[in-house]
Amino acid sequence: MDFLNAIVAFSNYVLVPGAAYGAQLALGALGVTLIYGILRFSNFAHGDTMAFGTAMTIIITNGLLALGITFGPLPTALLALPFGIAATCLLVLFTDKLVYKFYRKQKAAPVILVIVSMGVMFIMNGVVRFVIGVRDIRFTDGERFIISARDFKEMTGLKEGLAIKTTQGITVVVAIFVVIVLFWFLNKTRTGKSMRAFSDNEDLALLSGINPEKVVMVTWMIVAALATTAGVLYGLDKSFKAFTYFQLLLPIFASAIVGGLGSPLGAIAGGFVIAFSEVTITYAFKKVLVYLMPDSLEPTGLVQLLSTDYKFAVSFTILIIVLLFKPTGLFKGKSV
Amino acid sequence: MSEPFLIGDAMTGGYGKGPDILHECTISANKGEIAVIVGPNGAGKSTAMKAVFGMLNVHGGSVRLDGEDITKLSPQERVVKGMGFVPQTSNIFTSMTVEENLEMGAFIRTDDFSDTLMQIYDLFPILKEKRFQAAGELSGGQRQQVAVGRALMTQPKVLMLDEPTAGVSPIVMDELFDRIIEVARTGIPILMVEQNARQALEIADKAYVLVQGRNAHTGTGKELLADEEVRRSFLGG
Repeated sequence: MDFLNAIVAFSNYVLVPGAAYGAQLALGALGVTLIYGILRFSNFAHGDTMAFGTAMTIIITNGLLALGITFGPLPTALLALPFGIAATCLLVLFTDKLVYKFYRKQKAAPVILVIVSMGVMFIMNGVVRFVIGVRDIRFTDGERFIISARDFKEMTGLKEGLAIKTTQGITVVVAIFVVIVLFWFLNKTRTGKSMRAFSDNEDLALLSGINPEKVVMVTWMIVAALATTAGVLYGLDKSFKAFTYFQLLLPIFASAIVGGLGSPLGAIAGGFVIAFSEVTITYAFKKVLVYLMPDSLEPTGLVQLLSTDYKFAVSFTILIIVLLFKPTGLFKGKSV
Repeated sequence: MSEPFLIGDAMTGGYGKGPDILHECTISANKGEIAVIVGPNGAGKSTAMKAVFGMLNVHGGSVRLDGEDITKLSPQERVVKGMGFVPQTSNIFTSMTVEENLEMGAFIRTDDFSDTLMQIYDLFPILKEKRFQAAGELSGGQRQQVAVGRALMTQPKVLMLDEPTAGVSPIVMDELFDRIIEVARTGIPILMVEQNARQALEIADKAYVLVQGRNAHTGTGKELLADEEVRRSFLGG
């Protein structure tokens, strides 16, 4: 029996990676939920918007590095992030003007807009691969660890090490900062309140003189910022690959729906629910149990519920359970 | 007779490309007056009000506010011109607080509207008490007060209410009517569609009975209450 080592092992393999992954999903789901609340459709192009933003940030990061500019111990990509966001803003506003506006004027049904967003998804998908290629790209530089496993072991004298990567720390800090700014904006500013009013009751918002085109424009800009930030944080933490970002769409949608579509608070909660479920279910608990069980009961297998290859099944299962039993999600969003 | 402050004059029209619902229907309201539209189900009461507010296609007649022809304006443009409209349903932002609802009502105003906010809290004290509560959590009568308060935030020159007492208890209905009379006393003309014909006629300075989209009877509330034919057909004897 060795609780301390069990807790450290659990933190190292489940808690810390889960928190970082959850923060990334939460930021992604916030974008999806804002589009759903205000433009009233599920934006399938969100994963590829994230990919585009990240690709732009990588290109600018490379440019900065070529000029000899770095961000000290922090990844240079953080310096490039604002430029990536600006480029993504331009892309989504251009897409809106070119594509979505046409359907909005026609008052197209949400299901048509979903299909339209799938078309946009394929095009963005192609653009990203064309611009940056299909291979796996690592663009993390600077200090690798806040605490490495070896330092932790030396500090505490425990057998298990706890490593916290710089990118994990940055992910959580940036996510908290972004969420605070977003909630301040939505709850305290005139424009933010008008967005909530528009999401709540479109007809009454129009009667109150709220300009729908301005609300839509601001929404797209916020979504571009959220998507790029989420994509860059995910890429820093793991790596960038166009196809992986396309696949991220599923856990992101699952997060938004579990939390309740249209509810920003729900998107954050949903992100962590999905992330921790995925990490916990695909983690081999043998290491933790070895410390907790008496020797005679020590597990012989890996005690892993699902292989990591099946991690998407976790999101899918949670999604189906929520849609069957609580379609409005945890935070009373709109039902799908 | 001088021109009424707000008049929908001989309006003919319907929704979209559908058939005409209104036929040369005339509705008007004057300063400090409560004008009420009553009539049987499907008579086009709400439609007449929506026509005045520009929510349907009026191809005959005109709508004038303070002498200005506003027939061609969209509902949003009419709000800017000084018309306040309280729809029958979904007339509040349920997920937002009472105060935020009122702030959204004042969205088109660029000046400081804190005075108006105080006036509305004086008029509806319950709203001040519940100002930080989500409007969707309030009772039916309180929601209607939020809805009327929201429309008053623009300091409209005329207030239009579409069945403000729909779905509230008789006691709450009396209270709402009292509040509406108070609003009228501040000098704002009120145009109101009502399901509860008798009570509405009692407070009406001017009343219109519509039947099948046409003016059937017009007069003061008291005249119509005394009218034998109106009593027999709409008030149940």
